[in-house]
Amino acid sequence: MKKVDTMNVLFCGSGGQGVLKASEILGWAAVFEGYHVKKSEVHGMAQRGGSVESHLRFGKEVFSPLIPEGEADFLISFDSSENNRLKHFLSPKGTDLIKYLDKAKKSIHDKRYINTFLIGVLSGFLPIKENNWLEAIKLVFSNKNLEENTKIFFQGRGEIL
Amino acid sequence: MNNKTILRKKLAFLSGDEAVAQGAFEEGLKVAASYPGTPASEILEYLSRFNEIDAQWSVNEKVAFEVALSASIAGLRSLYASKHVGLNVAMDALMTSAYIGVNAGFVIVSCDDPGIHSSQNEQDNRLLAKIAQIPLIEPSSPAEAKEFVKTAFKISEQFDTPVMVRLTTRIAHTKENITLEARKEIPNKAFEVNIPKYVMVPRNAYQRHIELLKRITKLQKYAETTPLNSVELNNKKIGFITSSVSYLYVKEMFPDASFLKLGLSFPFPENKAKEFARKIKELYVIEELEPYLEEQIRMLGIKCKTKHPSYRIGELKPEFIPEIVKGKPKIEEPYSARKPVMCPGCPHRMVFAVLKKLKAVATGDIGCYTLGALPPLASLHTCLCMGAAVSFLEGFKKGVDKNVVAVIGDSTFVHAGIPALINLSYNKTKGLVIILDNSTTAMTGGQPHPATGLTIKGQTTKKLILEDVCRACGVDNVDVIDPYKIKELEELIKKRINEDALSVVIARRPCQLIAINKNFAPSFDKEKCKNCYLCLSINCPAITKLDDGSIEINKDYCCGCNLCVEVCAPKALTKNEKS
Repeated sequence: MKKVDTMNVLFCGSGGQGVLKASEILGWAAVFEGYHVKKSEVHGMAQRGGSVESHLRFGKEVFSPLIPEGEADFLISFDSSENNRLKHFLSPKGTDLIKYLDKAKKSIHDKRYINTFLIGVLSGFLPIKENNWLEAIKLVFSNKNLEENTKIFFQGRGEIL
Repeated sequence: MNNKTILRKKLAFLSGDEAVAQGAFEEGLKVAASYPGTPASEILEYLSRFNEIDAQWSVNEKVAFEVALSASIAGLRSLYASKHVGLNVAMDALMTSAYIGVNAGFVIVSCDDPGIHSSQNEQDNRLLAKIAQIPLIEPSSPAEAKEFVKTAFKISEQFDTPVMVRLTTRIAHTKENITLEARKEIPNKAFEVNIPKYVMVPRNAYQRHIELLKRITKLQKYAETTPLNSVELNNKKIGFITSSVSYLYVKEMFPDASFLKLGLSFPFPENKAKEFARKIKELYVIEELEPYLEEQIRMLGIKCKTKHPSYRIGELKPEFIPEIVKGKPKIEEPYSARKPVMCPGCPHRMVFAVLKKLKAVATGDIGCYTLGALPPLASLHTCLCMGAAVSFLEGFKKGVDKNVVAVIGDSTFVHAGIPALINLSYNKTKGLVIILDNSTTAMTGGQPHPATGLTIKGQTTKKLILEDVCRACGVDNVDVIDPYKIKELEELIKKRINEDALSVVIARRPCQLIAINKNFAPSFDKEKCKNCYLCLSINCPAITKLDDGSIEINKDYCCGCNLCVEVCAPKALTKNEKS
């Protein structure tokens, strides 16, 4: 008998791609929305080009900080080989957002904004209000390049909504 | 204070490390000391933001422990934090601190690393709390860590003992919603001269050992009643005794089961465990790493099932729990994650390229440069613990003799390399030590240390001059060189490595992550390229071999360090003065 009311989002990529920033934005957006949130990741190797994965779970009450294998609702990848490596985490009903990575790479000229685009895409699927996303973006980027980040967030969001 | 916490006032999203720090701050912490180490570094980084707290990076964990403990004895609430293996360095102080006890509250935070994400072993420091005979507190989550650390200070003062709060990577580096509360101002305690308590000569220590046993007996009673140890009675057919993050994994997979969740697991609440066991039909003990709870439960004669011994290795995961309950052994899966690599332009790479060329045997140490062991560089041949590169040179000079060198980072050298260097000099060992001086503690996120001339709060302080230290240790030749001058570096290492003298070469250039050095990428003449792949031998992430076998330089990653130009025999790669 497993709990089913927790939303599981797995972020993956390699060091320096903005994986942890992206999951940080979702983390804060979910906190602002009033959910209980847990985000788990491993630091230390992130800037050395190693694999980076961030498990983000939110709901009424979250227990495990790690998403159990086969239970991710969304897989959001910054790198196609990391996507292959972690695909088995997706639940049978889960959504792999890998196709939006290619879209992001084609439509975003400055690759520093790929994470903002992908967060925009993800936002189209999750029960979190737009203003909470924007608040989270403001906070996580410390108001840096806010105009550009907001624009690209909506560009990504526009892919879904 | 953290911008994020100012913006959101009472609402925060903190990691376990930050939550422990926040809890200690709220509980009136005055002094905190540590040496950086994953997954514990963020505790002191968070504490360093508060004006009310005297926080420091110490030269090593032993010193950090003594700084914090002495502040407690002098009357100020204090905290020591480190990774699991860091506590080994402070072990001497830890063991006798249990005899001495405290004055104001003193908390030891140990961040263990099951799964060895960023460490040299996965020792279970719960066993150290038991050996030292100090109370052991095990939170399961960041929110709990914040509350439990407060209780830890209270226990410390009530029972006159250091208290260990143990996190693991999955608590330290998990973020969770945290409510921030106001700081309590706790008045300092007066220091009173008490030689029998604070001076551990044999007679006094014997008496203190008696006191220690009395204290443990009292704590044993406390463990039976404290809310840190909680019972959840649900389905009585299946019940779990568990602690730490393992509790959350079990709760995830068996939400309707009954639980005895241990937040204070040393001293062990024997009666509580017996009583819980009586109510449960099928009892399991689930814990990460060593069978610490299991042994205490079995000693009580309680019948229980537990994990297959293969699960003692590595961290637990939620999906393992049903398998453990079925009694199955762990299936080891091949390691598939991408290996870390030195950054493009990393000054360590030059040194390893030279050592590879000279076919040197290198005793290594702990830091980013340990990555020099990975193929294709494969030019670092030992790594044991902090400082061991320098002492290992002695054994290797006695055995291997020629073409041996020790490599150690600047922060690691200050931490534990200096006594070993004195030992080389004192015991007449000749040889070469290379200090890879990137002017930071890089692998743990770029913390300052004495040779940077900066404190944890970013203030300037007296700067330790490494070349002066080496000379004072009795080193015959001390050379400082920029490793980017690769030809000169090679000549220098060649000259020193087999010389009949004790030499230190300080290869000094700041870490690419603190002072990004970006020059033009080299030009690549495809016609001249012989596909010899010498350029791949330096393991630079900016150079890739494409599917058709040709070479490509990624100009986004490339920093223009031109090491590849040096190794390219057919001269297909040439230095580029312009873009």
